[in-house]
Amino acid sequence: MPILIVLAVLLPALISPAFGFTRPGYTYPLAILGAAGAAALSLAGLWRVLSSGSISYHLGGWPPPEGIELVLDPLAGFMAVVVSSIGLIAIIYSRRSLLAEIPGKFSAFYGTSLLLLTGLLGIVLTGDLFNLYVFLEIASLSAYALIAIGSKQAPFSAFRYVIMGTLGGTFYLLGVGFLYFSTGTLNMADMANLLPALVGSHAVLAAAVFMVVGLGLKMALFPMHMWLPDAYTYAASSVTGLIAPIMTKVGAYAMIRILLTVFPLSYVLNDVPILTAVAWLSAAGIIWGSVMAIAQKDLRRMLAYSSVSQVAYVGLGLALANPLALIGGLLQIASHAMTKATLFFIAGAIRFRTGTVGISTLAGTARRMPWTSAALVVAALSMVGIPPTSGFFAKWYLVLGSIQTDNWAFVAVIVISSLLNAVYFFRILEQAYLAPETKGAQAVSSTSGTQHSDSPRSQEIPPSMLWPILFLAALILIVGIFNALVVTEVLRPALPVGL
Amino acid sequence: MLDSFLGHYAYYTTTALMAVGMWGMLVKNNLVKKLIGMSIFQSAVILFFVAGASKHGATVPILEETLGLEDASLYANPLPHTLMLTAIVVSVATTGVALAILQAIYKRHGTLEEDEVMERMQE
Repeated sequence: MPILIVLAVLLPALISPAFGFTRPGYTYPLAILGAAGAAALSLAGLWRVLSSGSISYHLGGWPPPEGIELVLDPLAGFMAVVVSSIGLIAIIYSRRSLLAEIPGKFSAFYGTSLLLLTGLLGIVLTGDLFNLYVFLEIASLSAYALIAIGSKQAPFSAFRYVIMGTLGGTFYLLGVGFLYFSTGTLNMADMANLLPALVGSHAVLAAAVFMVVGLGLKMALFPMHMWLPDAYTYAASSVTGLIAPIMTKVGAYAMIRILLTVFPLSYVLNDVPILTAVAWLSAAGIIWGSVMAIAQKDLRRMLAYSSVSQVAYVGLGLALANPLALIGGLLQIASHAMTKATLFFIAGAIRFRTGTVGISTLAGTARRMPWTSAALVVAALSMVGIPPTSGFFAKWYLVLGSIQTDNWAFVAVIVISSLLNAVYFFRILEQAYLAPETKGAQAVSSTSGTQHSDSPRSQEIPPSMLWPILFLAALILIVGIFNALVVTEVLRPALPVGL
Repeated sequence: MLDSFLGHYAYYTTTALMAVGMWGMLVKNNLVKKLIGMSIFQSAVILFFVAGASKHGATVPILEETLGLEDASLYANPLPHTLMLTAIVVSVATTGVALAILQAIYKRHGTLEEDEVMERMQE
């Protein structure tokens, strides 16, 4: 089962270059097929894992700890569902936006994005530390290539991402080396059994630090987030719609896996203050990302800074290392993946219609695109954290977790950041709904929008872009309303043992 | 002090290489030099793994009739080498992607000096 989820996206990724030269149009259905297969298999896998326990697959028939193991446990199943379904929706959405922005790269986008999903799903499912590095680099390499297709500035921001991403990956590899030479194993479960005997070792301490720094670079943990705003701003809309919701979350997932399941909990919590450091960095990132987001004039750049802030919630959830906070962090992974996907899709839709994404040119959007704007309201409310959206419940559990561990400073951080989120999202809603339409905005929309559209109704975006947005907006509300079900049925079993 | 150095000179060398590589990646202004720094940095980690695999008085990890299988300390550890083969493939792929991106940067901005690229991006 676990290997099938990875193969469902890997095989189409390998086939699609063959179509790319002869029939580029075929790569789109092929990509949908692959992503849909992975999503269906992940859902079925999560179902089976929750009813009958973890599934382990031994690659090549070699039993662990010698062989490489793919593990589908509740945590991995949950992440696989999030990654593959958001990937599927992003791929469905991307077609029209790609044709409008970068028509020449149509087939290249689908091949590379399937490879990205392969890497991300591999990270989620693997039970082997070195295998995780390989999948991490597969995902990162595809992300570099995807980000480099885009506007004029895109290659330079992609190169910065290459430097930072490789630094992170190599640090992680160095950490794996220290752990391997200390324990002689690479299997995560086996490592978790051997490490308690080695808590005093300097090599293990160095390994933990290198791994946190490496994965911190990949998940854009403050202050290692410098590559992110440029990369997300200059990439093509569909690329950001695919990468932004899931890439950094998977980095956070890898950190949860390694810090909370591989290392002994008392070690990272008490012996060395690694989790405390991660928690304070996350808190700093939450505030800094929100403040920077307020200062931005470009909608996508604002969303990018808000990503820095939102992924830090996951970091905070894992670093508090108590069940409620970790549930909050995991719920935040799902909630933020849906919300950020919706928001970047909407930014792409606005760019598709008006050719610009400046916040000041949003005036009149509500009249021209009523459905898109309605989704924008839902997503904005979820980002700010207003019930019954999923964002509220993620923050709710985080606050409960901080209170339980007597970390009142983090409660204050979460509340302040919600207020800051409200400042920048209500500014957008005000522009979209209330601001009088200026001459300039009208001129922009009538020149670069579709030429024959005079009535406001026809300015709505094409169905293949609109439906993913509406579906995700509905999903934000559904997950929010039924959050108790998600928490008790999926997230509680997903918590690492011993927490 | 000297003993520690002689015993661990491979690790001191890789640490020095890592420092050189990081210096190149973070401080150099020319983007190609940054890429060279990145390669040096990755090579340092590869050498670290290979150095960790070696044992005194051990031979290549191929079964030899006279040595037998009982004593594992007679053979060098082959696993880090195989891991590093994969890591080398990864680093080659990274260098390839980075070079392609550098080409795109040069085509669009006409220079590979970081400060000049950033100046031209503002225009």
